[in-house]
Amino acid sequence: MSTLSIDGLKEILRSAAGEDDGVDLDGDILDVAFAELGYDSLALLETAARIAREYGVTLSDDDIDEIETPRALLDRVNTALARA
Amino acid sequence: MTSAVVTGIGVVAPTGIGTQAYWRATTAGESAIGPITRFDPAPYPVRLAGEVRGFVPEDHVPSRLLPQTDHSTRLSLAAAAEALADSGLTAAEAPDLGIGIATASSMGGFDFGQRELQHLWELGGQHVSAYQSFAWFYAVNTGQISIRHGLRGPGATIVSDQAGGLDALGVARRQVRKGTPAVVTGGVDSALCPLGLAGQLSTGDLSESGHPDAAYLPFTRAAGGHVPAEGGAILVVEDAEFARDRGARVFGEIAGYAATFDPDPRAEDANGLLRAAEAAIADAGLEPVDVDVVFADAAGRPGADRREAAAIATLFGVGGVPVTAPKTGTGRLYAGAGGLDTATALLSLHDQTIPPTVHVRAPDPAHQIDLVVGRARPAELSTALVLARGRGGFNAALILRAPLSGSPKHNEE
Repeated sequence: MSTLSIDGLKEILRSAAGEDDGVDLDGDILDVAFAELGYDSLALLETAARIAREYGVTLSDDDIDEIETPRALLDRVNTALARA
Repeated sequence: MTSAVVTGIGVVAPTGIGTQAYWRATTAGESAIGPITRFDPAPYPVRLAGEVRGFVPEDHVPSRLLPQTDHSTRLSLAAAAEALADSGLTAAEAPDLGIGIATASSMGGFDFGQRELQHLWELGGQHVSAYQSFAWFYAVNTGQISIRHGLRGPGATIVSDQAGGLDALGVARRQVRKGTPAVVTGGVDSALCPLGLAGQLSTGDLSESGHPDAAYLPFTRAAGGHVPAEGGAILVVEDAEFARDRGARVFGEIAGYAATFDPDPRAEDANGLLRAAEAAIADAGLEPVDVDVVFADAAGRPGADRREAAAIATLFGVGGVPVTAPKTGTGRLYAGAGGLDTATALLSLHDQTIPPTVHVRAPDPAHQIDLVVGRARPAELSTALVLARGRGGFNAALILRAPLSGSPKHNEE
């Protein structure tokens, strides 16, 4: 569990916040904004809580405000994991 | 004055998911009261409930909403979707702020709340869902229905226990009179989890009988409380002209409504329900003789039954009007009851039949009411009175009138 993969993130998103009807999470979503994927700030808060539980990386509320895409989220989490 | 009519009905009841299934079971006098299966009720003195069985959330609620909704919200989303589809109304058909929402809730999302409290206690704050921020809350059904269907008109949530469903319809009618073309209203409740049951046990009003056919017997000498249940109905209420202009089918009109609050219970003649019923009939511009059927609150406790029977006998005379309580087949639905009884009354007006009070063979003659028991009773019906009471002194009464043409006109499209 040294890094969070895009597939791992998709799994967390699905379980934490479900999947929007008009969105294909299985597609290439790395650079698609969370807002476009149908995830609002609460969905990201819940996602961050799961990441904290499963990976031990805590994202601040400011982090969650700034992170707009899955790629940015993975970078932030994996940078923190590499330092640990 | 503008009249408010009902154009859509959505039902999630222990006796049926969907209006058609519910109405068939109700006219047949079926009962869904049975052992609690949602959790092990063995440690509790109450073992029976009216559960909505066979509800598959994924069939009714989109994936995005599953992690953020309590069971009661899922049920209400299912009922709202059916009601809107039934009425043919969509957000696009009304002005931007033209469709409001007014739902009743007596307990909020207990099941969701219990789970998150357990997470907090056993695992710590990190494990509490972010959605706990609203998923437990009384107003959540109004909000989720609004978001799901893009309804941006006035929103309201009414909390007055079992009177709430009728009070929500009263709010809906007021909004229509103030110029909102349509309001999605009614209510759905569910708290059949250990925490919810513990809360309900504190009232002392629940039946501890283990026999499904003898646990909830209002208006009888054996009355010993009620069976808790879940479910309810969501209705679409519209301005009559707006409904006519878009060619909507009309089930009936909300012709009268009144709510009262009980005075000091030590007062000898404290019958707030009687005052509510009188005021609702007057509000409709009618006389008691115009009422063809009464859908009773049917508390199932001797004192409360006596007061309701006295109100009915005072208004209509001894055995002067048929009275029924189809909720004997479901258990008491709290905030879900007013909407469901209203739906039942409208379907009765439509089919010209009074569904029976089930499990009750005959009412206590001391109550002096003509209780419809055994089987559905055909009758000429144009006006119905629906009664409801909530703990703490809430009383509500609603008068429904069949469309002037006699039966609903079906949309020809």
